[in-house]
Amino acid sequence: MRKMIKPCGLHCIKVKHLGVTLGQQVILEDINLHIHCGSLNVVVGRNGAGKSTLIRAVLGETPHTGTIEFKDRENGRIQKLKMGYVPQSLNIEKQTPVSVYDMITSYHSNIPVFLLKSRKMKEKILECLNVFEAGHLLDQQVCNLSGGELQRVLLSMAVMDSPNLLLLDEPVSGIDQNGMELFYQTIYKLKEHYDLAIILISHDLDYVRKYADRVILLDKTILRQGSPKEVFQSKEFAEVFQVNEMQDRETLYP
Amino acid sequence: MGIFTWLQYDFMRFAFLAVLIITPLFGLMGTMVVNRKMAFFSDALGHSALTGIAVGVVLGVENTDLSMAVFAIVFALLLNQISSKVAASTDTVISVFSSCSIALGLAILSKGGNFSKYSSILVGDILSITPREILYLVFIFAVTLVFWLLGFNRLLAVSLNRTLAESRRISASWMENMFAVLTALIVMVSIKWVGILIINALLILPAASARNISENMREYHFFSILFSVFSGVLGLVISYFVNVATGPAIVILASVIYFITYGWGRKQNL
Repeated sequence: MRKMIKPCGLHCIKVKHLGVTLGQQVILEDINLHIHCGSLNVVVGRNGAGKSTLIRAVLGETPHTGTIEFKDRENGRIQKLKMGYVPQSLNIEKQTPVSVYDMITSYHSNIPVFLLKSRKMKEKILECLNVFEAGHLLDQQVCNLSGGELQRVLLSMAVMDSPNLLLLDEPVSGIDQNGMELFYQTIYKLKEHYDLAIILISHDLDYVRKYADRVILLDKTILRQGSPKEVFQSKEFAEVFQVNEMQDRETLYP
Repeated sequence: MGIFTWLQYDFMRFAFLAVLIITPLFGLMGTMVVNRKMAFFSDALGHSALTGIAVGVVLGVENTDLSMAVFAIVFALLLNQISSKVAASTDTVISVFSSCSIALGLAILSKGGNFSKYSSILVGDILSITPREILYLVFIFAVTLVFWLLGFNRLLAVSLNRTLAESRRISASWMENMFAVLTALIVMVSIKWVGILIINALLILPAASARNISENMREYHFFSILFSVFSGVLGLVISYFVNVATGPAIVILASVIYFITYGWGRKQNL
């Protein structure tokens, strides 16, 4: 991981005309984003609006149309974009003999984890875990971690090789209020001190209001984007979230 | 009279060699089969051996081993493909395909009342292995070792979270298919010696036992291979002295180890 440096504000990531179609169904169309390093961009929208698909398309897992460019604004060079990703959950059962070291090494190195524990790798991982106060978890089994601990481990793993863009997919589920606050503070610290841009999917509008730099309101395409204030007061926002509320009410009190 | 008298027979020496190759191989593969919850998958693969032979007989192939291996590979890839596409849960899909293929195999092989010719494959007979067939085992063992050394990390990464793996430029479907093909090959190369009925036990039990007492991948692999080789060698020796079939003797030992580690693991966790 790179030393803490101030974000330079000179890099940007441009998503142009991104679209995803699965079979006959259009999931996303004409998504245009302009993301600066050192900014926290939060995607909000109702269920099924295509938020997770957007992340998977940017990651390159879901085939998409349109382009994603990474530009160095100073000299206009187009570089390879490095991305980190924090998933919603892991596919892991109780009693699975996978330690935190095993998991991180399996994603970041080809040193076979079943043969030996490399000291160099161990130190590299520890350095990252320590940033998120998770160093003591190195030899714990991943399946025994609490929601908050797992979140910190996944975050350390995602920023390990200094990505330019960090993608977080609804990471707040399964964490209590305290944990949420801590999580958002960590994210905030991350974007303040490292040279990276963050795209976060969130459901919790209170935290979005408090921490986001830019909010992206998504429903198949971008309905509205801008500062939290702008988006929260827009009529598109009111439409998306009030309709939802009424639906909730209808299901609760038919 | 020593305990090594059994080594004076050629067939016992060959069987011993075969056990020394098959059991670590199964211990190794088993770790990932159990981790990925593929126990039912490998079971279905074992059963597909009958269909593979039947296909060979119908096509008039002289060497049914070959048709068996080819069929198993196709079957494994097909299962992988379908369970990732179909909405029904994986075990339902596997069950449907498995029963369909085994019924087909039994129907063809039993035509004209000839099934007894093939029934030996149900139980397997490691004592009849020849040096040439041991060479096949050595070959597949080497292939597996190379795959494990180069690909195990990626395989583990894919099993933990596909999207995360893809974000690290690891192709999930490529790894999953490679693993399925390798499992199919290993099962087919050893099924004659171990038998359809118990081959899955040999694949699952050592890894499941190791899981009871391991905290990381190094312990997991070490114990899995240790338990596998131990029950294999001891099972062979016991089957010689007690005069029972070798495969079941090995599986009984492996089961005993499972129950001991289960008790031990619980005691540690409390």
